[in-house]
Amino acid sequence: MRVSEEEVNRIANLSRLKMGEDISQMQKNLEDVLSHFEKLNELDTSNVKPTAHILPVENVYRKDEVVESMDRDLLTDNAPQREDGCYIVPKIVE
Amino acid sequence: MESYELTLKQTIKKIKSGELLPSELTKDYIERIKSVEGDIDALNETEFDSALKKAKDMDEKIKSGKAGALAGVPYILKDNMCTKGLKTTCSSRILGDFVPPYNATVVDKLAEADAVLLAKANMDEFAMGSSTENSAFKKTNNPFDFSRVPGGSSGGSAAAVASKQAAFALGSDTGGSIRQPASYCGVVGMKPTYGVVSRYGLVAFASSLDQIGPLTKTVEDSAIVLNAIAGHDKKDSTSISAEFSDFTEGLDKDIKGMKIGVPKEYFGVGLDSEVKASIDKAIKTFEELGAAVEETSLPTFDYALSAYYIISSAEATSNLSRYDGVKYGYRADEFEDIVDLYKQTRTEGFGDEVKRRIMLGNYVLSSGYYDAYYLKAQKIRTLIKQDFDNLFEKYDLILSPTAPSVAFKAGEKEDPMAMYMIDIYTVPINIAGLPAISIPSGLNTEGMPIGLQLIGKPLSEKTILNAGHRFEQARGDFPLPKL
Repeated sequence: MRVSEEEVNRIANLSRLKMGEDISQMQKNLEDVLSHFEKLNELDTSNVKPTAHILPVENVYRKDEVVESMDRDLLTDNAPQREDGCYIVPKIVE
Repeated sequence: MESYELTLKQTIKKIKSGELLPSELTKDYIERIKSVEGDIDALNETEFDSALKKAKDMDEKIKSGKAGALAGVPYILKDNMCTKGLKTTCSSRILGDFVPPYNATVVDKLAEADAVLLAKANMDEFAMGSSTENSAFKKTNNPFDFSRVPGGSSGGSAAAVASKQAAFALGSDTGGSIRQPASYCGVVGMKPTYGVVSRYGLVAFASSLDQIGPLTKTVEDSAIVLNAIAGHDKKDSTSISAEFSDFTEGLDKDIKGMKIGVPKEYFGVGLDSEVKASIDKAIKTFEELGAAVEETSLPTFDYALSAYYIISSAEATSNLSRYDGVKYGYRADEFEDIVDLYKQTRTEGFGDEVKRRIMLGNYVLSSGYYDAYYLKAQKIRTLIKQDFDNLFEKYDLILSPTAPSVAFKAGEKEDPMAMYMIDIYTVPINIAGLPAISIPSGLNTEGMPIGLQLIGKPLSEKTILNAGHRFEQARGDFPLPKL
């Protein structure tokens, strides 16, 4: 199973990761693991439904009523940069 | 006998009777940690001051008769479970200084039971690994042989229990991360049915696979801990809405006539001969106890590992996208724009294995590959679940080795694929959401522990605990290292 360097960079971009000198190592690791996954093609699953979740639960709801949330200051306290209850980030829209 | 040699059950008895004072017990464990931790390196953070304070409060509360089921009992928590006001790092640089503003539900439940939190345990970064070597901070050593790994990802928790640094520990298990280190460190490790223990406050790795569970010296001890942590939680919409009865009830029941299946696929090429011999001996023990043990088959066994790594990496890549340097955790110092902030932060903050899994996850979910990998794996998941359902029509329990070998030497498994293969006996259980326990079955000729795995159908914890307890009694004492 081949993974091109271009593909590694595409996936890295999706992952919001930067590849440096480790790119060829990552390429090899991905190829090795993906080759192992080829085994799954031995099984015919054309008539099998996928399982996303193992428990027979669906749509767990709560009552639509206002309850106390956690204190906003307490929650934003952990942010590297914050002001007036907002998170500070580099300008997004030019 | 030193208080740290006692089982959890014995500890609770002595505290209740007044023979052991919680403050004395906590002091004993603190001294014990100071004496052995240098060799083991199981702990990320100790909380001695708050532990002593809580223990002292328990001295009084016990006398009042209003104390909880685990009053005064010191425990250790894997560092991926949130503790309010105490660092929770997941052994990652990206959460290296993170202090949660809330407790995980299990922490609240243990606090209600009046247990005493001693420390946070080292682990593979974000629970990704099978040796604790992926911790961003340090390696943990196996108490049976310091040159070997304790297993992972709950290696710190397992090593802490094996070196008697706490009366019990909690770990988390996504593909075997409680059971395999328990097997490597000669302790009991249990993963409940998916949904039995709340995941609220457990830092998510793979949301459809993760479960919290106990690591203890004995099977009965793990039943005691399970009583304290199991139960429906409104804050975890994947937790089961069911009332659980006392897990310690019926441990001594006769297991005559219990039907146990042993899938032949677990005894394939990769299995170490001494591990096989130990499991064969355990099978004889079960037969002597009156169980009917027979060979059976799990046809989809060979596909479970691939299905696991596809599903868990896909879920992990989604769960780890929250680490962006904005809301909490590490933020890179230099970046050009918002996307660069994310990339720089994550590249600097995550270790190699975490990056590999994030990349793998995005690959299998990406357009063009989603059907071939992720969807395919979900279909295989259905087949694996069906296989187990079929087995449980015939059998009460399934028995297997927990891992293909004993604990290996640190640094030995450099190739990621070789490391992934270690999980081969444990991952099918997480895929099917089943309960399972690893119990020490013996030592190999090098003196390293071998683990026996018992697997049950959903919500059959009491069957597993009963069989495990009877096996333990028949096996006899399993001595932990004299450190």
